[in-house]
Amino acid sequence: MSELNQQMIEQYRTRFLQEVEANVEEGEWVKMCMQCGVCSGSCPLGKHWAHPPQEIFMMIRAGKREEVLTSDSMWMCTSCYNCIVRCPRGLPITHIMHGLATYAKRLGLAPKNQPTAKFAQLFWDNLVKKGRVNELKLGLSLYFMNGFGEGIKVAMKQQAIGLGMLRTKRMNPMEVVGGHAVKDLDGFHKMIRKAQELEDARIKQNAG
Amino acid sequence: MAKREYSFYPGCSSQKGASSSNYLRSVKAMCEELDIQLNDIPDWNCCSASIGYAGGGELPRLALSARNIALSEQHNAGQEIVATCAACWLATRETSERLEEDESLFAEANQALAEAGLKLKNETPIKHMCEVLVEDIGYDEIGEKVKKPLEGIRIAGYVGCQTNRPFGIHGESYENPMYLDKLVDTLGAESIPAYEKKVQCCGGALAFSEPEKSQEMIKGIIEAAYDNGADMIVTPCPVCQMNVEVYQDQINETYGTKFKMPVVYYSTLMTVAFGRSAKDAALDGQVIPAKQLEAIANR
Repeated sequence: MSELNQQMIEQYRTRFLQEVEANVEEGEWVKMCMQCGVCSGSCPLGKHWAHPPQEIFMMIRAGKREEVLTSDSMWMCTSCYNCIVRCPRGLPITHIMHGLATYAKRLGLAPKNQPTAKFAQLFWDNLVKKGRVNELKLGLSLYFMNGFGEGIKVAMKQQAIGLGMLRTKRMNPMEVVGGHAVKDLDGFHKMIRKAQELEDARIKQNAG
Repeated sequence: MAKREYSFYPGCSSQKGASSSNYLRSVKAMCEELDIQLNDIPDWNCCSASIGYAGGGELPRLALSARNIALSEQHNAGQEIVATCAACWLATRETSERLEEDESLFAEANQALAEAGLKLKNETPIKHMCEVLVEDIGYDEIGEKVKKPLEGIRIAGYVGCQTNRPFGIHGESYENPMYLDKLVDTLGAESIPAYEKKVQCCGGALAFSEPEKSQEMIKGIIEAAYDNGADMIVTPCPVCQMNVEVYQDQINETYGTKFKMPVVYYSTLMTVAFGRSAKDAALDGQVIPAKQLEAIANR
């Protein structure tokens, strides 16, 4: 449990809906859900969600804070946008799920070793470093995200795919040393840092 | 001077030695034939796709695309932005709309951009290359450029998710978009309008983090193409292309299938149909070779 999580619990008490509205991306839309269930029926990975979006929305309104934020469910979102285009109330469901997942992670409540949470962080760190994604390093860090032994096993399993990509010049071993980058890397990093600061400040202010 | 000019956002996966470098090669040849000039946005950065959300949060993620739009407005003023990657297009357009709707986020994004000496006006339309083809150029003009019709090839048009939702191509439905089928027909090949999986999700970035769950969906996409008698699949999305093409051996191992279905880009088809070489169409970039297209290109 993080300190921020404790502060939020004290700040909002039983008003979890308000906490979501203030701190989660597009969270102000949650109360618009009319419980039709189209989102849940439209999700390509729906069967893997412990609580599909419709349920998540009702659980937020019912104040089931810990159950929602520690759930594996939101991490199943593939960003296919099926739920968004089908929702009769026009809720930006994809973004709310991303927002809930990110908020849970920020509070230290996301499930440990959730593979998509880990991969998303690797992806972000990778792109922020040079301003552009280094696919080779991203692939390698993905293989090894669960430790060295596991990484060797995964790398062996993926060997044929890697060779196919190499043969067709869709993978470049030299990316390990240099790789593509933006030229104004200093400005780029300052911009990201500033954006992060502003967002952190907004959430900290909500925590009281 | 070219007939049409756009500010081009190529995206990370299109770079030299990256997973959809073959896409960019065929797009360049296609654009030459269509007299389209693509002016790269100078010093563009990654858009963080959709999966960036859990690392970046909202504002840092929006700042990424805001920087690209600001650079475009500064260096390629007056030109519409065009992206070939579904995720690049989606993230850029989504950012533009979010910042249009939310004044405080817009102000914060500009505060962040000021650190890099940039300013966002946010007045630039953001298009996908498919919109340029369908809306700006049109099937008739494309048809006139066909020198080698792709006769005798049955092609399943796999539109996927992010080229189709939430924005899509104007006038098309989310559930059964027809533009890829129309394009296939325009090029002289045979389309499969009833292909059931044309907007099915391939797992996107979760193909990396949740391979079993994603490969189950990819299996359905390929299986339906075979069931409809397809010789190959065509897609507008780099993630769809890679996911549906490169895991076929693993899927065969898991499910006992015998898939060997080529997956190409619309630009691959167009470059071949426009009479350009196999190299210009980047057919050497196919992990699963598209032999029928090679035969036509080498004819």
